[in-house]
Amino acid sequence: MHVSMSVNGREVSGDVEPRTLLVHYLRENLGLTGTHVGCDTGYCGACTVHVDGISTKSCTMLAVQAEGAEITTIEGLASNGELHPVQEGFWERHGLQCGFCTPGMIMQSAYLLAEDNNPDEDTIRHGLDGNLCRCTGYHNIVKAVQYAGARMRSEEPDAPDWEEEGT
Amino acid sequence: MTSTISPTTTTSALGGVVHRKEDPALIQGHGKYTDDIKFTGEVAAAFTRSPFAHATINSIDTDAARAMPGVHAVYTIEDVRHLGTLLAQVPVGALRPLLADGVVKHVGEAVAMVVADNRYLAQDAADAVSVDYDPLEAVIDLKDALSDRVKVHDSLDSNLLISWVGPFGAEPEDQQKVKADIDAAKEGDDVVTVSQEMLNQRLIPVAIEPRAVVADYNPGYGSMTVFSSSQIPHALAGAIGKTLGLLSNQVRVVAPEVGGGFGAKLNVYSDEILVSWASMQLGHPVRWTETRREAAHSTVQGRGWVATATIVGTKDGEILGYQLEGIADMGAYTQNFTVAIPFLGLFVGSGQYKMPTWWKIDCVTTHTNTTDAYRGAGRPEAAYYLERIIDMYAREIGMDPAEVRKKNYIPNDQFPGAVSPVGFAMDTGDYGTNLDALIATSDYAGLRAEQKKAREEGRYLGIGLSSYVEVCGFAPAGLAELGFSWSTYGLPAAFSGSGLVRVNPDGTATVQIGTGPSGQGHETTWAQIVSDRLAIPVEHVKVRHGDTGDSPMGIGTFGSRSAAVDGSATYEASQRVRAKAAKMAAHLLEASEEDVVFANGGAHVAGSPDSSVTWAQIAEIAYMPHKLPEGMEGGLEASVVFNPSNATWPFGAHLAVVEVDAETGNVDLLRYITVDDCGNVINPMIVDGQVHGGIAQGVGQALFEEALYDETGNLLTGTLIDYPLPTAADLPTFELSRTVTPTDINPMGVKGIGEAGTIGSAQTVVNAVVDALAPLGVKHVDMPLRPRRVWQAIQEAKG
Ligand code: FES
Ligand code: FES
Repeated sequence: MHVSMSVNGREVSGDVEPRTLLVHYLRENLGLTGTHVGCDTGYCGACTVHVDGISTKSCTMLAVQAEGAEITTIEGLASNGELHPVQEGFWERHGLQCGFCTPGMIMQSAYLLAEDNNPDEDTIRHGLDGNLCRCTGYHNIVKAVQYAGARMRSEEPDAPDWEEEGT
Repeated sequence: MTSTISPTTTTSALGGVVHRKEDPALIQGHGKYTDDIKFTGEVAAAFTRSPFAHATINSIDTDAARAMPGVHAVYTIEDVRHLGTLLAQVPVGALRPLLADGVVKHVGEAVAMVVADNRYLAQDAADAVSVDYDPLEAVIDLKDALSDRVKVHDSLDSNLLISWVGPFGAEPEDQQKVKADIDAAKEGDDVVTVSQEMLNQRLIPVAIEPRAVVADYNPGYGSMTVFSSSQIPHALAGAIGKTLGLLSNQVRVVAPEVGGGFGAKLNVYSDEILVSWASMQLGHPVRWTETRREAAHSTVQGRGWVATATIVGTKDGEILGYQLEGIADMGAYTQNFTVAIPFLGLFVGSGQYKMPTWWKIDCVTTHTNTTDAYRGAGRPEAAYYLERIIDMYAREIGMDPAEVRKKNYIPNDQFPGAVSPVGFAMDTGDYGTNLDALIATSDYAGLRAEQKKAREEGRYLGIGLSSYVEVCGFAPAGLAELGFSWSTYGLPAAFSGSGLVRVNPDGTATVQIGTGPSGQGHETTWAQIVSDRLAIPVEHVKVRHGDTGDSPMGIGTFGSRSAAVDGSATYEASQRVRAKAAKMAAHLLEASEEDVVFANGGAHVAGSPDSSVTWAQIAEIAYMPHKLPEGMEGGLEASVVFNPSNATWPFGAHLAVVEVDAETGNVDLLRYITVDDCGNVINPMIVDGQVHGGIAQGVGQALFEEALYDETGNLLTGTLIDYPLPTAADLPTFELSRTVTPTDINPMGVKGIGEAGTIGSAQTVVNAVVDALAPLGVKHVDMPLRPRRVWQAIQEAKG
């Protein structure tokens, strides 16, 4: 079947088997391997992208269902060479270790902050509970989102909670 | 896309926060994991797997699969039997056939492999392979397995593969005497004996990146290139070479970005061997990526112990003896470390304490998936039993659990070199100071007051604590003789830590290490080590890893060992480069070598910073050796294999505060406070991150996770919905601090931190929940403490 959509601002089209998942279309056909597959059954959130501005697990959608949609993936989040505040927050606050959950986690966080750029900790934690991370215990992910929120509100982010030590 | 923003970076080397060099790629979707790296002409593999835990295979019909579109080949054991079994590092038990050989021994065992144009077609064809089975009785329960009522392997005398008994190294009769003496102490006057059988349930590691492998054999070059999501690329190269008849230097294994490992990728898997072999047969690169369901059924699992812990002690808190006796589940086949995992538990069997300890774990085989390393690997189990029973003892004698612990610690005057009751010499320790720090930072007295008030209000607030000691930084010394050596079993791979440091002509440095990260931040930490020694900015140090084609030999990342062993090797290699460069700088500066100081990206004469040369100037003469004085050797490169005299022994104390809803059994983890001691710290940000993740996995075991098999051997928890990992909403913000007791066995004084969080946490949470429910008479609840199980325990206690 033929599909066409806009991905990271670029019009793309091609032929796919009807059963092709959106995540596989992005990864295999378009070479956008930043979107990851952690479970292919909708639980882990590693495949999260924005479809028409809505955070979506791209393994739960067929490519053909995205016909005509506007998709943003992790590769398209930074603009004009500037990191999105959430990307900056993940770097500044050590919000990633192995980095595998990170693209999905960042896309979900960016979506949450687009809805409300000043969420409390509980809202952040519940807002991310569809995205699994096995490395960070979420501690620094929450800090990263708080950092990004502050940046989006043009406020000074809280200081990090680690202490330097001399050896 | 490059960013215009970079995080605040300090240039402080050891002990300073340096933001990760790894991150710019990973936060922009440019990180390359195995499944992201494509080869021209590649085809995909899929496996037909057993639905039975134990069955005879009468026949395998592959005709329909072979006839399907895009199918290149269908393989069974008949095609690969000549390759032998999967190799293992500690091959005690039955090794895994590459594909099921006449009989299947766990659900999910691979029976046939299909290769087709893409993964969709391969999976379709794998589903079309028709296997005729005769189901047989399976043995799943550990006590049942130990009875040998049903044998897992006809080739073995018994389901019991090995027993690990402590004190380690003692003669059997001396071990028996330790046990008998503790038994005798139980008969003494005014003593209390507390005993409890407890389950330390099986877990599924669940790295978020599924395992993936792609192999490309080039018949022209005779070379095999394999990308794999592995913690041990050198060992994998050795195993592929040995199995397929290739020399070490014909096999290149690359572990690119690895999306978490936690021990599950510390293994050589039959799929890695088969995909490589198939690439030789078919003349195509062959890829396989596991599905999440396959991960649960065929990637190794962890834990799976049932054991009885017993303490005998006085009524005023002096522990007179500790015994642990139980069974650990090895699953059906022995893989890399399988039977050695409980042995790692024995290393820390007596924890931080001085009481006589007798310890015995029987390793049994069952009709389930293989168990092996999972974060902590034997040590969380050992810590769980010991620290749970100490809590039960404290409650029995009505003494504060912190006080009981302190009273029984190995005293400071035994360090360095204290020999634990289970027979291992430990490097350094200061346990009392560490626990005092936890008591102070948590305001323990304040928490107890809060608890008292809550209880008056009818709320079930609980405070749990635990000490732990870990053993890590494994290297050959002392261990190879114990059977921890690839080469002992003829597999050509290293068991050492190594580092190669080179200053390049432009004054930057490149580091190559024999270990590779799966999220631990090696690129940043190693850059700090080199920067500290050479005064080359962190930004100018590039760390290469995980590629056997260009890295020095090294065993891999596991057991919290990389910084202590490979990091030390890199430190020493940097020292050598520095010593050589000092001679060259002295020549350029017309000064004496002793007066050369390295700082700010170059060298200068002590006391006169203006008389300086840059690293690029030094490198210029190093690589133009005709400019060097007579007799001085060119080049600025050194490679070191580091051989520490012992493992390292980090320790710590953790505290949890929980509230339990007695109506529903729901447990709310309110606070989690730690004081870990991993010796000196290279990057506090990274070390904290390791603790956070470790805690989350320990809390996951305490509250949520369990790999559950039914009595016929079906895995009931094969998806992430049946196997719930902790989510962000389940966990609080953690409160971390540290004490610092450097090790004396490596130059940086670092011990390791990768597993500490996990080793300290499961029992801390369970202790807190039992503490909360103590007024109701609850003494113990087996993990995971899901609401239903807690609710049942409350009902039973109420009678
Ligand atoms: S891959 Fe889509 S939710 Fe896990
Ligand atoms: S950073 Fe590894 S899974 Fe989240």
